[in-house]
Amino acid sequence: MVVPAPSHNGNGAATPSGFSGARRSIGSPQFSIRRMEVDQLSVSYAAREAVKSVSLPIRQGEVLAMIGPSGCGKTTLLRSLNRLTELTRTARVSGRILLDDVDIGLIEPTLLRRRVTMVFQQPNPFPMSVFDNIAYVLREQGSRRQRRKTLEPQVHSALDRAGLFEEVKDNLDHPALRLSGGQQQRLCIARALAAEPEVLLLDEPCSALDPQSTQVIEDLIVNLRDDVAVVIVTHNLQQAYRIADHVAFMYLGDLVEYGAATTVFGSPREKRTQEYVSGAFG
Amino acid sequence: MGAPVATPPASPPSGGAPRKPSKGLPQSGSTWHLSDRIGLAICWALGLLFCAIAVAIVAYLFVQGIKYLRPEMLFTPATAGFSQGQTGGFSDAFFGTLIVATMGIAIALPVGVGVAVWLVEYGRPAALARVTESTIEAIAGIPSIVLALFGTVIFSSAALGFLSRTSEGVVFGRSFFGASAMLSLVALPLVVASTREGLSAIPQHVREASYAVGKTKIATARRILLPAARPQVATGAMLGLGRIIGDTAIIVVLLGATQNFAPVEGAAFPFNYLRGAGTTLTNFVYEASPTGNLNQPEKAYAAAFVLLLMVLALNAAVDIVHRRARKVGTWSS
Amino acid sequence: MEEAHLSEEYGPRWSDQRAERLLGALVCAVVVLLLALIATVFWRAWPSFAHNGLAWFGPGGNVDDQINQIYLSGLGGPEGYVYTFHAWQLLWSTFLITGGAVLIAFFSSLFVAVFLVEFAPEPMSNVLAPVVRFLASVPSVIYGLLGVLLVVPFIGNHLVTEPQRASVAGVISLSGYSLLAAVLILALMIAPLMTSIFSDGLRSVRPGWLEGSLALGVNRWRTTWKIAVRTARPAIVAGTVLATARAIGEAVMLAMVSGSVAFAPNPADGLIFIFEPSRPLAPTIVKNIDLLGSEPANSTLFAIAAVLLFSATMFSLAGWVARRSMRKYGATA
Repeated sequence: MVVPAPSHNGNGAATPSGFSGARRSIGSPQFSIRRMEVDQLSVSYAAREAVKSVSLPIRQGEVLAMIGPSGCGKTTLLRSLNRLTELTRTARVSGRILLDDVDIGLIEPTLLRRRVTMVFQQPNPFPMSVFDNIAYVLREQGSRRQRRKTLEPQVHSALDRAGLFEEVKDNLDHPALRLSGGQQQRLCIARALAAEPEVLLLDEPCSALDPQSTQVIEDLIVNLRDDVAVVIVTHNLQQAYRIADHVAFMYLGDLVEYGAATTVFGSPREKRTQEYVSGAFG
Repeated sequence: MGAPVATPPASPPSGGAPRKPSKGLPQSGSTWHLSDRIGLAICWALGLLFCAIAVAIVAYLFVQGIKYLRPEMLFTPATAGFSQGQTGGFSDAFFGTLIVATMGIAIALPVGVGVAVWLVEYGRPAALARVTESTIEAIAGIPSIVLALFGTVIFSSAALGFLSRTSEGVVFGRSFFGASAMLSLVALPLVVASTREGLSAIPQHVREASYAVGKTKIATARRILLPAARPQVATGAMLGLGRIIGDTAIIVVLLGATQNFAPVEGAAFPFNYLRGAGTTLTNFVYEASPTGNLNQPEKAYAAAFVLLLMVLALNAAVDIVHRRARKVGTWSS
Repeated sequence: MEEAHLSEEYGPRWSDQRAERLLGALVCAVVVLLLALIATVFWRAWPSFAHNGLAWFGPGGNVDDQINQIYLSGLGGPEGYVYTFHAWQLLWSTFLITGGAVLIAFFSSLFVAVFLVEFAPEPMSNVLAPVVRFLASVPSVIYGLLGVLLVVPFIGNHLVTEPQRASVAGVISLSGYSLLAAVLILALMIAPLMTSIFSDGLRSVRPGWLEGSLALGVNRWRTTWKIAVRTARPAIVAGTVLATARAIGEAVMLAMVSGSVAFAPNPADGLIFIFEPSRPLAPTIVKNIDLLGSEPANSTLFAIAAVLLFSATMFSLAGWVARRSMRKYGATA
């Protein structure tokens, strides 16, 4: 179902002080479809409660940025969206997360993670060639091993979507770990896209990168939002301002404020958001 | 597809029944192909097989050991006899193992620690460091039977005649000295590797702090680094001990096929024993097995049981050192 | 160690230099010792190789008869020395036993290591890890004893059939001392060593790679094999090389269970060949160690040792080359 998106095209609300530069998502999304629904989600590690009863929607057609000081639970929230939290033995999850109206607890984790893929803070291309990094995802999802020829179009298109194809097309057989940091991260994004996910999770994808690579990846993220729902965790407020359509501000495990980016940055309702956004803490 | 957008987070859809912690969800869901499941089954089967074999070995040797081992065997030397009841014990083998272990590690430990300190703390010129690393690796790969043959050449030379029995200008070559020296080469790579690991794990700032107060490199290594690496040094020493007491080939070749001490007449104690031939538990087990010269399986079981107890004790000691080291903690880098 | 005597009275710089020189000398001594070992073994082996040429490695006659001839000729003067020796039966036995054991041990160790690191539930891995360490530290002579007293009789009494025994009567006797027993026990001996090196390698794989693969919807089994095992290949090669060197050099245990007869089991004869006895290179040295006093026999035994030394070194070298080539894609060492 397609509905008009709320108006937040960056011209309406006042540009908050301290935020310079253009918002990249100037052309506001044409539509948005709700893909995931987080419903009173709580996650705790041993005795510590990392996420406290958080509820929010995740939509295709927009970029959702989660911001907040480190340790506020935003990464934990992100990881619970494709059940990576289960890899931590002490983690306990309660609440519900729906993916296209199905509780993800009922979806087999591997299948879920094909539909909700993730890119990590540290670029982690596998120690193989560039081609094999992408082909790995495609091969392991099929039951039979496919030949290189049949995989080539898919690999190329994934690299193309991540804006990497032109740079590496002559070096597809080179070790992925020889790429630059920014290229490695885009390779990881390409890999995540090769699985044809419905939701793409990005955990501070630019924090290990230089400004130029960051800019390339931000452009890429904005371009992707019509095809997949994008959720990005960042503690770079400028970045959130530049690329997000909606922003969720978390603090000590609580979702303090959720709203259109222009609202959260321009005229936040909560005092804590106000303080954080204007750089008082964090 | 999706539901209409618009639910603001302030009013979440109600009725979120707590989801059960999904920890117990099966790893083998629908994405596990048949081959994957068969593979995991093989993993389990082999893992259990390893445990079963270990339990079987320990249990079997315990049963046989308790059946055949008499405490006095440890203090009665082997004698010639027609039945297994008349052949005495294997005290010489037992004490031989203790002697060889002590002497072997007494050589391997200082040399190994010295080499490791040089490699980690000095290591110049770089070419020599590379050669040394390859040397240690090569020594680890040399079959002990080759070491043993090499030992026969060295210790039969006239210059080293004072280390073994000499008669009419012919150097016998078989002695505790020779066997222990060659056995120390078996333990050396383990001591070096373990000590190196311990020294390299100490963060650089610890060294810098010591140099900063005017300590020399060697003083730092002796007073700060080696004490800090003591658990790893001890682990290396015990792994080395395990290899020494378990080795048979060197004993058979360099200590002699006798089952008793053969002290050299005219030498002062303890050198008369150390220069003479002898035996160890491994050698005794080998000779007492049906393929050996003695063929008395009951004694072989009893000696193997003692040997196994020693190995178990060493394993337990390694475990204790590890656990204690973890409790004390170490520098954070 | 000498550096213990160094103290402040020399002044810091002097003592430090002296310590470095002392340690450097120690390291050089170890290197020189290895070179001396290699030189000695090949020097002693030279007459045997020189008299036989490449035929040394070829077939021809019974090795045990040849050794006997060589030994007897050594009792006379140097002009009567006989060196004729064709080691094919020993080489073939070494190849079959080592190859079979490494093959079995490799696959089971890989599965057990994967199980131990990735799939075993915690109580299971808490048991399995010490079990592997224990099995790796059991002296080979104990494996040999259990082989002689349990495995060999079982094969002889239950697996070998009467028609089989009759079919080779007059050539060789099938008593249970066999290729099968040797391969099984040798595999059991080297598998724990491989497992512990493999699992160290698997443990040091970057967790980011595993997580990255899981986050793309690849199940744990595939992730483990395609990412973890792939990345840990250098450790897998290292473990295999070390275990192979150990297997080639194992002397005493194989002398106990392999049958100790110079015979080359022929796979072309059908499955019966696994029940046939043989004797690899290393046990041949142990079995004939009393012949060292005869000059030509001495040279022949050293020639066998030289082959062992050479193949162990070649394996290390091949492993080193393989590890280097894998580093290209960033696999961890």
